[in-house]
Amino acid sequence: MIYLQLFWEFFQTGLFAVGGGLATLPFLYDMGERTGWFTAHQVADMLAVSESTPGPIGINMAVYTGYTTAGIWGSLCAIVGIVTPSIIVIVIIAAFLRAFRDNRYVNGAFYGIRPASTGLIAAAGLGVAVGVLLHLDAWEGWDRFWTVLDWKAALLAAAVYLVSVKFKKLHPAFLILIGAVAGAVFRFAGA
Amino acid sequence: MKIYWELFSVFFRMGAITFGGGYAMLPILQREVVDARGWCTNEELTDYYAIGQCTPGIIAVNTATFIGFKLKGVAGALLATYGVVAPSFVIIVIIAALLQNFAEYAVVQNAFAGIRVAVAVLIFNAVCKLYKTSVIDKLTLAVFIAVGLLAYFLDVSPVLFVVAAAAAGIAVRVGKEARK
Repeated sequence: MIYLQLFWEFFQTGLFAVGGGLATLPFLYDMGERTGWFTAHQVADMLAVSESTPGPIGINMAVYTGYTTAGIWGSLCAIVGIVTPSIIVIVIIAAFLRAFRDNRYVNGAFYGIRPASTGLIAAAGLGVAVGVLLHLDAWEGWDRFWTVLDWKAALLAAAVYLVSVKFKKLHPAFLILIGAVAGAVFRFAGA
Repeated sequence: MKIYWELFSVFFRMGAITFGGGYAMLPILQREVVDARGWCTNEELTDYYAIGQCTPGIIAVNTATFIGFKLKGVAGALLATYGVVAPSFVIIVIIAALLQNFAEYAVVQNAFAGIRVAVAVLIFNAVCKLYKTSVIDKLTLAVFIAVGLLAYFLDVSPVLFVVAAAAAGIAVRVGKEARK
């Protein structure tokens, strides 16, 4: 039952992804690996689409994943799945707001969760970076280690990074556009 | 009845015009919800954000749930929440449908290969930003490194890391207080 499964997968993501948008990323990678619904490449594509369209990134990712996996109804199940834990948790917190904020167990838990969440996103990002910058299958030994580096991709990454540092207020969609144009012009996929 | 419709439509509009969610939504929330309608104060909004950041789920959704609940209980929470996510649903379904039709073209494949490089940079920048607020001492640094490496090299559900880190955080924080 794909719909129920979509709901359940995104319910878990909504429940355990702490810290907004990109926190859903590691869960999507895990989900793709376990279910085979999408590849790591497709997760990066989803992220690009989500960052360039209005709305919260996590929600956009859920809708996109749901749609590509099981059509309109799939995306409905995913969206309901990802917001339901929020609604339940926040309604409970809203009812006990003051007690929650000063509770030392709650504070302690988040003291540990915040760096863990950052670490999870870093690991997911490392996965994306290795996927686009290195061709591990081209490995020819340590004496020719540079053959695994994708020079075109590395140059583009450096350029995009410099632009993002130079223009801090620039919308992410512009960086994605730079990537799209460079990719199309210099045939990044070799297609 | 009017307030229910307003809750839905105000949050629907916010979902439709803010790119990037969370923080991008704050100035619009201040204008629409605090200044124009007086549904909550700026202080309350800051509280909602602080809590939204460290609770499960998406910050924009959590904030919508908070304000909806404050105004009209559970029904209000549901309306505000589904209001803020409804535009995403419409827009993304259209894009996903279009992309499926165009995915075969070489130019689209090449463009997405380039986009993935840009995405890697975006994630790197996001991690740098999160790092500054979440890694605040030696222990949080250790958690960051340990979880980052283990999550990269091991095939383990992220849920486990979140639960383990929560337990470690409680043990350290509450343990420290007990020793005082």
